[in-house]
Amino acid sequence: MLLLRAIGLMLLLTIGGLTPSKAAEADLRATIAKFAAATGFSATEAVVRELAASGDPAVERPLSALADGNLYIRKSDSQVFVGREAGDGIELLDPLSGEKAADATKTDLSKVKVNNGLRRTIRDALGTLTLRAKDASVRLAAAATMFKTPDAANIEPLDAAIAAETDPAVKTLFEQARAASVSVSDRPEADKLAAISVIAARGDRDALSLLTSVDANAQGAVKDAASAAIRHINSKLALWDAGQNIWYGISLGSVLLLAAIGLAITFGVMGVINMAHGEMVMLGAYTTFVVQQAIRTSFPSLFDWSLVIALPLAFLVAALVGLAIERGIIRFLYGRPLETLLATWGVSLILQQAVRTIFGPTNQEVGNPSWMSGSFDIGQLAVTWNRLWILVFALAVFAVLLYVLKRTPWGLQMRAVTANRRMAASMGIRTPWVDALTFALGSGIAGIAGVALSQIDNVSPNLGRGYIIDSFMVVVFGGVGNLWGTLVGAFSLGIVNKFLEPYAGAVLGKIVVLVLIILFIQKRPRGLFALKGRAVEA
Amino acid sequence: MRGNFTRITKMLSAGVVAAGLLASASARAAEDTIKVGILHSLSGTMAISETTLKDVMLMLIDEQNAKGGLLGKKLEAVVVDPASNWPLFAEKARELISKDKVAAVFGCWTSVSRKSVLPVFSELDNILFYPVQYEGEESERNVFYTGAAPNQQAIPAVDYLMSADGGSVKRWVLEGTDYVYPRTTNKILEAYLKSKGVPAEDIMVNYTPFGFSDWQTEVSAIKKFGSAGKKTAVVSTVNGDANVPFYKELGNQGIKAEDIPVMAFSVGEEELAGLDTGPLVGHLAAWNYFESVDTPENKKFIDDWHKFIKNDKRTTNDPMEAHYIGFNMWVKAVEKAGTTDPDKVIDAMVGVSVPNLTGGYSTMMPNHHITKPVLIGEIQADGQFETVSQTPGLVMGDEWSDYLPDSKDLISDWRAPLSCGNFNVKTGKCGGKGTN
Repeated sequence: MLLLRAIGLMLLLTIGGLTPSKAAEADLRATIAKFAAATGFSATEAVVRELAASGDPAVERPLSALADGNLYIRKSDSQVFVGREAGDGIELLDPLSGEKAADATKTDLSKVKVNNGLRRTIRDALGTLTLRAKDASVRLAAAATMFKTPDAANIEPLDAAIAAETDPAVKTLFEQARAASVSVSDRPEADKLAAISVIAARGDRDALSLLTSVDANAQGAVKDAASAAIRHINSKLALWDAGQNIWYGISLGSVLLLAAIGLAITFGVMGVINMAHGEMVMLGAYTTFVVQQAIRTSFPSLFDWSLVIALPLAFLVAALVGLAIERGIIRFLYGRPLETLLATWGVSLILQQAVRTIFGPTNQEVGNPSWMSGSFDIGQLAVTWNRLWILVFALAVFAVLLYVLKRTPWGLQMRAVTANRRMAASMGIRTPWVDALTFALGSGIAGIAGVALSQIDNVSPNLGRGYIIDSFMVVVFGGVGNLWGTLVGAFSLGIVNKFLEPYAGAVLGKIVVLVLIILFIQKRPRGLFALKGRAVEA
Repeated sequence: MRGNFTRITKMLSAGVVAAGLLASASARAAEDTIKVGILHSLSGTMAISETTLKDVMLMLIDEQNAKGGLLGKKLEAVVVDPASNWPLFAEKARELISKDKVAAVFGCWTSVSRKSVLPVFSELDNILFYPVQYEGEESERNVFYTGAAPNQQAIPAVDYLMSADGGSVKRWVLEGTDYVYPRTTNKILEAYLKSKGVPAEDIMVNYTPFGFSDWQTEVSAIKKFGSAGKKTAVVSTVNGDANVPFYKELGNQGIKAEDIPVMAFSVGEEELAGLDTGPLVGHLAAWNYFESVDTPENKKFIDDWHKFIKNDKRTTNDPMEAHYIGFNMWVKAVEKAGTTDPDKVIDAMVGVSVPNLTGGYSTMMPNHHITKPVLIGEIQADGQFETVSQTPGLVMGDEWSDYLPDSKDLISDWRAPLSCGNFNVKTGKCGGKGTN
């Protein structure tokens, strides 16, 4: 008897649970079907609002598909589907269940057009709908959106969400979003003041943005509180700005270091004015491109490893080209700096045009592996992953190079040849080979710098041009022939540059840095860390 | 002695005869074909953009020859490489006109290269077709501007951002590369925005050098400027190579188009080809043509282009359409004039109307600028643009901006009897000066 009753109850529940949702689903489908008839963004937006008003979490699928530009209308019967790329065609999925419905080609379909305004509307709508999502990161995203788009209507759903929330991080964000919504509502003054203090405690740019608009629209105590909070946040942000400048300076310094460190060997240690240095960087970047192309076509799953695979190859390619240049041209020109300058300039033009002929003059796409995309926040400082990795990489290359020069027999021979060529030769060192290998090493290092720079710059035949002047500046400023000088030179130039930029602008900042270097060289012609000994006179 | 002398005379006369023969041979060759000069950089910094234009000109000339040539003669392309070197542009232009005797020249990209060849074209009286959007403030008798003037690109773009569709933008960042085009365009835009009631503190102007690659400070300054509680947009006249690192930094610092859209005037399909556009969806560009425009003319043009270049991944872009329009206009004007004589062709050009690739007709106006539609497009994940707004009719190119105090009274009309590129309507005299 008990069992029967239980079964009956369950049946009732299932029926009771199903019927309204079926009706609701039919309603939703009817609304979604309206996309087919909607012409123009405002008509589409009306349909989006209607869907959002249903409050049903099921509308998330069609709405996010629309935001991503994946909502299609089949021309033959005006049915609306979510599309997914599958080979040459498009797989059509049911907009609510997400189950596969049919296959189609692009010509059978017309896309529901979307613009920034619509994407914003959808994002706001999804924010409210996903407040109770299971995934904490989705709830965080929802809270962040709602903070940016405060609306008095959001207060009640947020109150409910706060009561149900267990994750403290999400709860804090919910409370901030609620405060944002209260600050623009017509709630009593006391509520608003409390809200402002919650927003002020957040203390970031979004909070500042919100408080500025509150300040502009409020009167009395609320306005005073908002102004005080703005002043407080601004003074805090000024500190962060200084920190940010230092970080940007270090990051620019790491790029300069990478670009210059190969030159520190060819020019600094060997004294060859190598104008083709930038082209070695370019060759490294193109090697990365070729490696990525091969990976994309043959082993797409390895894409995140593409840079690691490209590193040794870029080193080899650039080192071999460097070796060929040294054996073919430069060795005949030792001790004739002007001819070396002109010859290597010519080589740089030949390499550029060769790359242009082989790969074409346009930029090539080098993708960022997932671990090098995006950014994370330290306080109010946004640190992008690619810059951080490049800094780590530059320091690693520096450390390895230092080790090779100071701790290996080859490094010893290199330093011996630099210090006193004839004495080294008398001791049985094959100086021509040491020259060739040293030049190859410098070029190879430039090649691996190209792998890193392909992540932040254009991969085009002109890539090297942009770095050659900066590289020479760093090496000369740091002191010719001294690796530590290159390190200190790169970072100090980077930081000075980034501190000047906000005040003087990028153009003037660069000019000021150049003038400073000229003045510095007048005072200390041998740079920061002058090399002492006979090599200097040679 | 005497023997020597006769030998010299013999040699001399032989030389003269040979030279005469050569001259007549080349003269005959010149009669058989009509030469068209192509003056685009194939090496150096600008090769990235200009090489494509050389290729599209070769394609157009091939197609015209397949249709039977012009005035019963075949067209012959003369390609020279000014190597992104501005003074070399002038030298190469002189070589094309004096030595190769071309009937017209299609070329130049940067404004400084155009300025460098202007004196050559007026001195030797030839025709230049200039296919790139530019800052205006110029109208020359010998130049036909088939790219957009500021009112055909910059002003409608700003209007779109100000509209409800574009997000009702209230605060503006004008970000540009430091040279003549961005500086003049931003001057015009600043004056225009102020005339629309935007206060000075809501406009931020910033310039960066050519080929700039470290955008961290600039992008965070934009973020900072955008957090003042008002809807903010960036109008970018950043040119060439600097765009890729700029967009990469925008993507990495998480500036989304829904929050701070970037409207670019120099970023087309070609520039996006070197980028992963996933994080950039929704950022905007204003042009008179997009590859994604769905018209039969455009489809044919793209198919022909892929066939000609033998690579179906190569994109098409706005300056290519400008050359398409310019070349067809020149062909029509030559047919109308019945000769390739530059003077007659220049007179015949005004009023010539040819189909453009966006489904309408472009007409050459008396100020040597053409009528075009203005399209606003949003970047898509596949590197193409999707048109989100289009001017209802065609916009006529206005060479002298109405928003700059120096040039607002100037007009240009190259028809007789006025025949003046800078007529001041206030003083009634020819010879006014614009802003540059």
